[in-house]
Amino acid sequence: MRALFRRLRDTARLMVGQPSYDAYCAHMAEHHPDRPPMSRADFFRERERTRFGSGGNGRCC
Amino acid sequence: MQRHVIWIVLAALGAYATGVIAFTRGEPVSALWMVIAAACVFLVAYRYYALYIARHVMRLDPARPTPALYRTDGLDYVPTDRRVLFGHHFAAIAGAGPLVGPVLAAQMGYLPGTLWILAGVVLAGAVQDFMILFVSMRRDGRSLGELIRMEMGTVPGAIALAGTFMIIVIILAVLALVVVRALADSPWGVFTVAMTVPLAITMGVYTRWIRPGRIGEVSILGFLGLMIALVYGQSVAASPFWGPLFTFTPEQLCWILIGYGAVASILPVWLLLAPRDYLSTFLKIGAIAALAIGIVIMAPPLRMPPLTQFVAGGGPVWSGALFPFLFITIACGAVSGFHALISSGTTPKLIANECDAPLLGYGAMLMEAFVAIMALIGASILDPGVYFAMNSPAAVVGTDPASAAAAVTAMGFPISADTLQQAARDVGEATVISRTGGAPTLAVAMAEIFSHAVGGAAMKAFWYHFAILFEALFILTAVDAGTRAGRFMLQDLIGLAAPSFRRNDTILPGVIATGLCVASWGFFLYQGVTDPLGGVNTLWPVFGISNQMLATVALMLGTVVLFRMKQERFAWVTLIPTVWLVICTITAGLMKLFSPDPAVGFVAHATRFSAAAERGELLAPARSMAAMRQIIRNDWIDASLCAIFLAVVLSLMVYAVRSCLAARRSAAPTANEILPDAVPAE
Repeated sequence: MRALFRRLRDTARLMVGQPSYDAYCAHMAEHHPDRPPMSRADFFRERERTRFGSGGNGRCC
Repeated sequence: MQRHVIWIVLAALGAYATGVIAFTRGEPVSALWMVIAAACVFLVAYRYYALYIARHVMRLDPARPTPALYRTDGLDYVPTDRRVLFGHHFAAIAGAGPLVGPVLAAQMGYLPGTLWILAGVVLAGAVQDFMILFVSMRRDGRSLGELIRMEMGTVPGAIALAGTFMIIVIILAVLALVVVRALADSPWGVFTVAMTVPLAITMGVYTRWIRPGRIGEVSILGFLGLMIALVYGQSVAASPFWGPLFTFTPEQLCWILIGYGAVASILPVWLLLAPRDYLSTFLKIGAIAALAIGIVIMAPPLRMPPLTQFVAGGGPVWSGALFPFLFITIACGAVSGFHALISSGTTPKLIANECDAPLLGYGAMLMEAFVAIMALIGASILDPGVYFAMNSPAAVVGTDPASAAAAVTAMGFPISADTLQQAARDVGEATVISRTGGAPTLAVAMAEIFSHAVGGAAMKAFWYHFAILFEALFILTAVDAGTRAGRFMLQDLIGLAAPSFRRNDTILPGVIATGLCVASWGFFLYQGVTDPLGGVNTLWPVFGISNQMLATVALMLGTVVLFRMKQERFAWVTLIPTVWLVICTITAGLMKLFSPDPAVGFVAHATRFSAAAERGELLAPARSMAAMRQIIRNDWIDASLCAIFLAVVLSLMVYAVRSCLAARRSAAPTANEILPDAVPAE
């Protein structure tokens, strides 16, 4: 039940261009332990800029 | 054999349901048969055709690392659960296209549109999405323009990019036109849509400073705000003071939209664009799901006949006969070239395993076709008299109930003036006559379906405006985001000549590019708004041709890649839809250019008006010589646009054939796949 809820939440967030912050932290911890990861708010803003920035994903008619 | 039994049963049920909708005459058919036919056809197509393509044509390899794995960075490249990614991909591809096209296509009856959506998506649309997703996934998740450059050469890549920009302009214009037609003279609709701006700004401030990143709670707050605006809108519209303030003519709305589009795409994205994106995305998904449930609960009978006399042409909603114009009127939902941009966008960078690709590429497109089927059902459950009164241009049916009832009855769809007035009263509007563009028709149908489940007849007006809000909201978000995308594209294109134009640290290049982009779609929007035939009549076919043209280009790329993989014995998978689309777009493009019928051909129309202007005559609807000249100029611009689209398809066809022949001559595969170990991990 909790897994389903988490998946629905992740789906909703990815629909508006926000990938999982936990996955990002896990990646940074595994591959770049020397670099501090962005905070949740910075991560959110960075993704927001990318979605609507140059080369961001379009959407259909 | 045993594992095939259930699929054989599904196939038989689908064939039976298709038979019912195709061969029943004279008695009403339940819309559920259409739902069953579509569901069975799609499930069987997915189980057999998509997996056949995956295994034999593409030879997907579950052990081969995807870009999300070998380039993983936690940001752009993230291995993602396929169910989560399915939602992302579907939300990106589903827009207004599959809702509007089928509604317009219903003028020929429900049967031609249904059959084209079913066949088109299985053999063309879903194949295209899946193929481009596959090609991009094997090449670092690169974009369509880069893929064409890699596999076909620099010149075809540049041609495709310029063509894409023109398509974006046409899409934005036609979408904005749909909104203008839906909101004109509708203070309730204008008020609720206008309220989304302050609501979104409030949400933007909330996610920026108060609770950063809390999308869930801010969306719920925004949704509550929307519902309050929707309920309150009725009193605003009825108020003698506020009502007229929110009542606009189409031309006023056109200028408001142009100004708004320019401002909204320059403002910081967190302030307006991003928060409204949450509202529109979640509302879109929710409304589509609710519509599916509502149709199943209500099981309405289809009142539109399976075929109307307009199959042979001469219809009031759009001009031309079934072939080729049905196949460009329903683009999104059957096959949409724009999806090639999405399938080579973020999705290929997020796939965790190659074997997820059929679900995302093929499966999500089947879902969109299902949305198109629901829109077609919506248009077909209405009284055909109401449908034609709503979708015919004012030049054909006039503007008052008596003239509209007489004109539509004369078409063979008997209706009384009282029924038309009652239909308008039911949905809380002053009139439903000549509300072209598809969105108001779908809104009336959604009001019918939703009020059957919740609230009864008393709630119809609320549901109608809810549906208008849902459509206008995501169309406007698409217009803002599209203007931004077009602006960056233009900055890149101009930057080829003047590199400093790409810079985004100074304001000027962005402002100029935005201005150019808005001016381009604004030009076509204004032309559509002032068009006496309602604009949709002229612009929708141009949009359809451009969208199918992009699909043709994408499928040609797919064919070239199959040849270069030395998989040419399977190339029929992409060749069949390519050939069909080439035939449709070229025939439609040539007819739009050279048909002697002024209702179809731009040149014939321009010539007729030029001849009249020389004689000093005014032809309806022009009321002045200036208007005559404007009509002539618009015709020539539309004709040039069609000619450019034709040139793009034909030139890329030459390049595609050459690439295929070259690949055949080579003994070894020549496809430029990017191997995982060639790229260092982040």
